[in-house]
Amino acid sequence: MSVLKLLIVDDEPGIRSGITRILRNYRVDYPFLNEDFKFEIFEAETGEIGLEVIKDKKPDIVLLDNKLPGISGIELLEIIRKDHLDVYVMMITSFASLDLAVRATKNGAYNFIPKPFTPNDLKTAINELAKHLFLKRVTKKMQESGKEVRFQFLSILSHELKSPLNAIDGYLKLMKDRQLGDNLEDYSEMIERSMIRIKGMRSLIMDLLDLTKIESGKKVQQIESVDLKEIAQMAINTMEPMAIQQNIKLILDSKLESNIQADIDEIEIIFNNLISNAVKYNKENGTVRISLTQNANEYKISVKDTGIGMKQEDVDKLFHEFTRIRNEKTKHISGSGLGLSILKKMIDKYNGKVEVNSVWGEGTEFIVSLKM
Amino acid sequence: MNTKKILIADDDQDLLLQMELYVKKMGFEVETADSQKEAEEKLNNFNPDLCIFDLMMENKDSGFILSYKSKKKNPEVPVIIISAVTAETGMNFSLETDANHTWMKADLFLEKNVRAEQLHREMNKLMRL
Ligand SMILES: Nc1ncnc2c1ncn2[C@@H]1O[C@H](COP(=O)(O)OP(=O)(O)O)[C@@H](O)[C@H]1O
Repeated sequence: MSVLKLLIVDDEPGIRSGITRILRNYRVDYPFLNEDFKFEIFEAETGEIGLEVIKDKKPDIVLLDNKLPGISGIELLEIIRKDHLDVYVMMITSFASLDLAVRATKNGAYNFIPKPFTPNDLKTAINELAKHLFLKRVTKKMQESGKEVRFQFLSILSHELKSPLNAIDGYLKLMKDRQLGDNLEDYSEMIERSMIRIKGMRSLIMDLLDLTKIESGKKVQQIESVDLKEIAQMAINTMEPMAIQQNIKLILDSKLESNIQADIDEIEIIFNNLISNAVKYNKENGTVRISLTQNANEYKISVKDTGIGMKQEDVDKLFHEFTRIRNEKTKHISGSGLGLSILKKMIDKYNGKVEVNSVWGEGTEFIVSLKM
Repeated sequence: MNTKKILIADDDQDLLLQMELYVKKMGFEVETADSQKEAEEKLNNFNPDLCIFDLMMENKDSGFILSYKSKKKNPEVPVIIISAVTAETGMNFSLETDANHTWMKADLFLEKNVRAEQLHREMNKLMRL
C-alpha cells in the first residue's frame, strides 16, 4: 500500500470536508501493477497557507480552487511553477471560465475538475491522476537505476541463459526416459553436447561478471604504470592450452619503449578478448600475431589471426551486445556475443579506438589504439 | 500407407537433434534444417507433409516467413510454429482472430517446451492420421 498526499486549497469549509470525506476511504488499485494507493489529506483555506503546506508536507496532488480570499489559484499555480515545486495541480473550476482554464494550463495545471462535481467525477479524475503519478514514479525509478536501458539487455540475456538450460534439460529428459535404451554409451553425444552448452553458459557468466564490474562503477579504476607486453604474455599463457589443441602458434612482438598509465584489469580484459577470439575463430595450424607499438601519442595493439575472417556486413555489427555471427564456420564455436562489446567499453574509457580489417576465409586483424 | 515426411527447422542444434529424435521415434521420416535459409531450400526439394518451424532464427520472424513460403507453395501442408516467445516476453499469439490468420499463416503455435506426446497428438490431428 502506497500513500499519495493530497492537499485541498479552497476557502469553503463545506467543499474541503466534502472532498475529504469522498477520498478518505478511497483506494486506487491496479490489479496488473500489484500496488494500491490511499490518500493522506491536508486542507488549506487560502493560497498562502496552501503554499506553506506544499513546502512543508510535499503533497503529490493539489486540488486548487481559483477564487480565494488572498492570492488567487492562478497566482499560486504561477508560484508553484516558478519555484519548481514538484506537485500535480488539479484546478477546480466552473464550466464557464474557459479563459481561466487556458491560463491555468499554460501555468502547468495537470487538469480540471469542473464544478459542481459528483463524488464519482472526483474519483475518476483522481484515479487517472494517480495512475499517471504512479507511472511517473516507476519510470523515474527505472531511469535512476538505468533499468529502462537494461530491460532489453535482460530479455536477451534471459533468452541466452535459457537456451542452454532448455537444451540440457531436453537431453536429461531423453536420458531419464531411456529413449535410446539402457546402454550409457549410446548417450555419449548427448552428454558431450550438454557439457558444451554448460561451457558456453559459463563463459557467458564470466563475461557478465566483467560487465557488471565495469558498469556498477564499484570497482574504482586504479591507474598505474602497466607493461603491456607483460599483460599480453599473461593472456597468451591463458590461451595456450586451447591453441595447442589446434596447433595454433601465438607470437608476441613488442616494440614498446615505455609503460602505459592504465588499470591492469581493464588492459587484461582487452587482451583476453582479442587473443581468445583470435584463437577461437582460427583454423588448424594457424597463427596469431600480437604486435605492440607506440608512437608520439599513442599505443597500438594489433592482434592478427589467420582464421575464418568475417564479411564486411558482419564487421559493421560487431561491437553490439550479443552479436554473434552465424554461419557454417562459427556454428560449432560457443560464445556469449558479449566479449567485443565489453572490449569497446574498455577502449572508450581510454578515449581509444578500435579498427577491424578482415578478409572472409583468410583472417582478421584488430587494431586497438590507446592515447598516451 | 507411406511414411509421412516432416521438416523441422530450429537454429539451436541441440533442440533440433532432440526434436528429430522424438519425431523419428513417432515413426515419421525427418529432414532437419538449422537455419531459415536451409529450411527454405529444403521446402523445395523435400516436399514435407508437415513442417515444424522455430519462430526466431536469423530473423525474429523466421518461422512466419517460412510458414508463408510453405503455404504459398502448398496450402495443404500443415505448419506448426514453435516458440519460446510467449513465455519470455509476454507477447501473446493466438490464431483466434481472422486478421491474424491471414498473415500468420500457421496452423498451430506451440511452446518450446512442449511435451513429445502432445506434439505427437497435434501432428496426427493436423495430418488427419
Ligand atoms: N578474430 C575473429 N575472427 C573471426 N570472427 C571473429 C573474431 N573475433 C570475433 N569474431 C566474431 O564476432 C562475434 C562477436 O565476438 P565476441 O563479442 O567476442 O563474442 P563471442 O563470445 O561470440 O566470441 C563472434 O561471435 C565471431 O563471430
